[in-house]
Amino acid sequence: MSLAVLADAALVLLVLGLALWINAASRAFPAVVGYVAFGLLLALAWLRLSAGDVAMTEAAVGSGVTGAVLIAASVRLRAAETEAPPLAAAPPALPLRLLALLLSGLVTAALAGLVLWTTGPAPSLADQAVQHLPGLGMGNAVTGVLIAYRALDTLLEKVVLLLALMGIWSLAKDRYWGGIPGPSRIQPTNGALILLARLLPPIGIVVAVYILWVGAAEPGGAFQGGAILAAMWLLVMLAGLRDAPAISRPWVRLCVTVGPAAFIAVGLTGFALPNGFLSYPDSIAKPLIIAVESVLTLSIAVILGLLVAGPPEQEP
Amino acid sequence: MIAHAALLVLAIILPAAGVVLALAAGGRGAERVAMAVIAGGAAIALAIAGTLWTTGAPLSYVIGGWAPPLGIALRADGLSAFLLLTSALVIGAIGLFARATYVQPAGTPERRAPLVFWIMLMGVWTGLNAVWLAGDLFSLYVALELLTFSAVPLVSLEGKPETLAAALRYMLFALIGSILYLLGCALLYGGYGTLDIVLLSRLARPEPVVFVALALMTAGLAAKTALFPLHLWLPPAHAGAPAAASALLSALVVKGSFILTVRLWFDALPGIAGGGAAQFMAALGSAAIIVGSVLALRQARLKLMIAYSTVAQIGYLFFLFPLAGAAGDWERLAWTGGIMQLVAHAVAKAAMFMAAGLIGEALGHDRIAGFAGLGRSLPVVMFAFGLAGMSLMGLPPSGGFVAKAMLLTASIGEGQWWWAVVIMIGGLLAAGYMFRVLTPALAGGAAPVILAARISSARQAIVLGLAICALLLGLMPLRPSALLEVGRTMQAAEVK
Amino acid sequence: MTPATLYGLCSAVLVGAGLYGALVNPQPLRKILALNLLGSGTFLLFGVIARRGAAAGLGGDPVPQAMVITGIVVAFSATALAVALLLRVYQETGRTTLEQPAPKDVV
Repeated sequence: MSLAVLADAALVLLVLGLALWINAASRAFPAVVGYVAFGLLLALAWLRLSAGDVAMTEAAVGSGVTGAVLIAASVRLRAAETEAPPLAAAPPALPLRLLALLLSGLVTAALAGLVLWTTGPAPSLADQAVQHLPGLGMGNAVTGVLIAYRALDTLLEKVVLLLALMGIWSLAKDRYWGGIPGPSRIQPTNGALILLARLLPPIGIVVAVYILWVGAAEPGGAFQGGAILAAMWLLVMLAGLRDAPAISRPWVRLCVTVGPAAFIAVGLTGFALPNGFLSYPDSIAKPLIIAVESVLTLSIAVILGLLVAGPPEQEP
Repeated sequence: MIAHAALLVLAIILPAAGVVLALAAGGRGAERVAMAVIAGGAAIALAIAGTLWTTGAPLSYVIGGWAPPLGIALRADGLSAFLLLTSALVIGAIGLFARATYVQPAGTPERRAPLVFWIMLMGVWTGLNAVWLAGDLFSLYVALELLTFSAVPLVSLEGKPETLAAALRYMLFALIGSILYLLGCALLYGGYGTLDIVLLSRLARPEPVVFVALALMTAGLAAKTALFPLHLWLPPAHAGAPAAASALLSALVVKGSFILTVRLWFDALPGIAGGGAAQFMAALGSAAIIVGSVLALRQARLKLMIAYSTVAQIGYLFFLFPLAGAAGDWERLAWTGGIMQLVAHAVAKAAMFMAAGLIGEALGHDRIAGFAGLGRSLPVVMFAFGLAGMSLMGLPPSGGFVAKAMLLTASIGEGQWWWAVVIMIGGLLAAGYMFRVLTPALAGGAAPVILAARISSARQAIVLGLAICALLLGLMPLRPSALLEVGRTMQAAEVK
Repeated sequence: MTPATLYGLCSAVLVGAGLYGALVNPQPLRKILALNLLGSGTFLLFGVIARRGAAAGLGGDPVPQAMVITGIVVAFSATALAVALLLRVYQETGRTTLEQPAPKDVV
């Protein structure tokens, strides 16, 4: 057995062990911490599956910002964990648990069977994807898929992000509308956190810009860069060095909408070209894509940060 | 025809741009953007339907020149045309109706509810048009997410505790549904290397990967469509939402995941699901009709009754699976009947929820027991309510009658007479819960109810107008619709 | 057994674990966690399929990898919205349950 197989087996065992822990842990906070670790290990799994872009996204978004949201929630709900029904939910009866176990087992068995016994060559679009990359001036096929081949999905997904943000904001009480997210202003008292929030953001911004730029040819891109920027911004807010912005501020509205708006605008100008909506002219494809991605990165960063910050709970 | 095909893109991009612009404009700008989008969207829907009607051929548009399987294509067939028109009509009516409630007075600080409502209205429309037009299963997943993320905040728009809980439950059901659907997509891509509907229809074979994928995706979509027994989230969510939002949710949002199921069974993976599976789906639909109607009969509050009625009426839609899955004459009749049921229910239910909203505003409550004599105080609203009820019961002339008559005839014609029995029972039960409301309200001799608030005649007119549309749908002839057959995969199968 | 198959089996177990947790665990926050598990399992399955489609000098088929990136971002947005709803429910009612509080009669 080669070392690689052993390493893979160890990783899989760790991942499955954490999955069991997440389900079985008695309290929420340990389960959430387990989830963050789970996400980071999954990022390693993605690297083993030769998916660098996905590994970065999983680490930054899947484990990072998702973990931040879940940790904050588990802390705020800590008092509720010791409650009993009817304030807390009652565990389902044994027949229901058995039924759920049966269903889950069936699904796992079906999927495992399909994984093990799929025969024949795997169908793949890699050839076609790589074939058209030089015309776009790109080297990273995943970025090509996201920005060019399946750009409609990316565009609609930006709208999904905006709707999610609006949905979270809609949960504010009327008197807090337009106000500042978070239960109270964070005071800068934690020295270590303040030091980190002063040291890391400049480095983080450079790394984010680099990842955005290099995403055209190597793993990276708008989502990953945007997530890093969001993380830096969240660090600054959590340390108390800057307050979360009031959601009625014009710059907030502008930053979250400029990315999707630019993407839609560039898409519509495609109607003037022979290939129609969301096509890029060969001559300026790469600069145009980089420009759109840059604006998208800004919007993604602000949206992700605000999604973590939550609905306004303080008056403007 | 290039200009016409580009309309498919605009049908999705116009409301999407509306969401972005409304958020950027904020305040009063959001309502203006919404009104412009409603007008533009209606024009686009009419243009696409008109093109299909005159040419008799489906439209398709390849995004960015990247043809499937690498890229995404948008496709409009007869079904898309019907759905585009229905969405434009219902959303237009809801938008005009909601102008009185979600108002941002000039010169005041931005209010929460109006901005959220207009943005979510356009978000729902973007998702709906994407479902009607997208030709790729992953794009359809993104469309489903658009619908969920727009619909859930509408449930909790008023911020009352019970609506927050209902919204959370809806969100969790919708999430499980989306992920199961995505799991099916993974399996299909693994098997065939594409998620394009037309390509899949040519490549898919009855093998294990397709069976598992179809089962998972159907289960997930059934949860989102609130098919019995996964309907528990719908009544509190639809009843708790404000009237305009309830109308949108019951009339259109819940139909999005249903149409996706139809696309899967009939267009992407035709002939894969066996007759037994189709009978099972319709059996669950029958259970929905019976259980939903019986529960509707027992409700004390009007909006909850209407929400349970939605659970029941959705059940009729699932008769499409055993009845319309082939290319014969009865099958075409069943196809038209099922889609007419969807359209008629959308129009009638929207009118009914909006009428219920007006009743609630006028009385200050919506307890059915307190409706005696309401017909004399709110004649127009009760008349509209009655017209909408006629469609739900299946009384002629109404869209509901046309739909149920076609489904009844087709089920007998195909020898599956047991569905006809269910349809008749469903009609009787619907009459039961409708007359429970209408009889005391329209009873002569009862003293007119003193109203708590005055309702503007404009809003009453909008509700009446939509209810009359439900009536006018009954003018449709009782035979298969030519427009609905345009571009239909089943028809193509027969030609081959 | 190739690494891809190993991770494929891992994804199957993750999907089952996530589905079980979402159905059985009574607390909404734990359901949300389990749904994230379910999502991660699904994405991992996409990744295995991408790995099997390695060609043209790439380590994996880029189309499913791109779908996963879209999916991860959408899953995060869904988690954020669900968590925000849960926190509001807790704020308003002091309960962390999906059972409906009795609605008031007045509209």
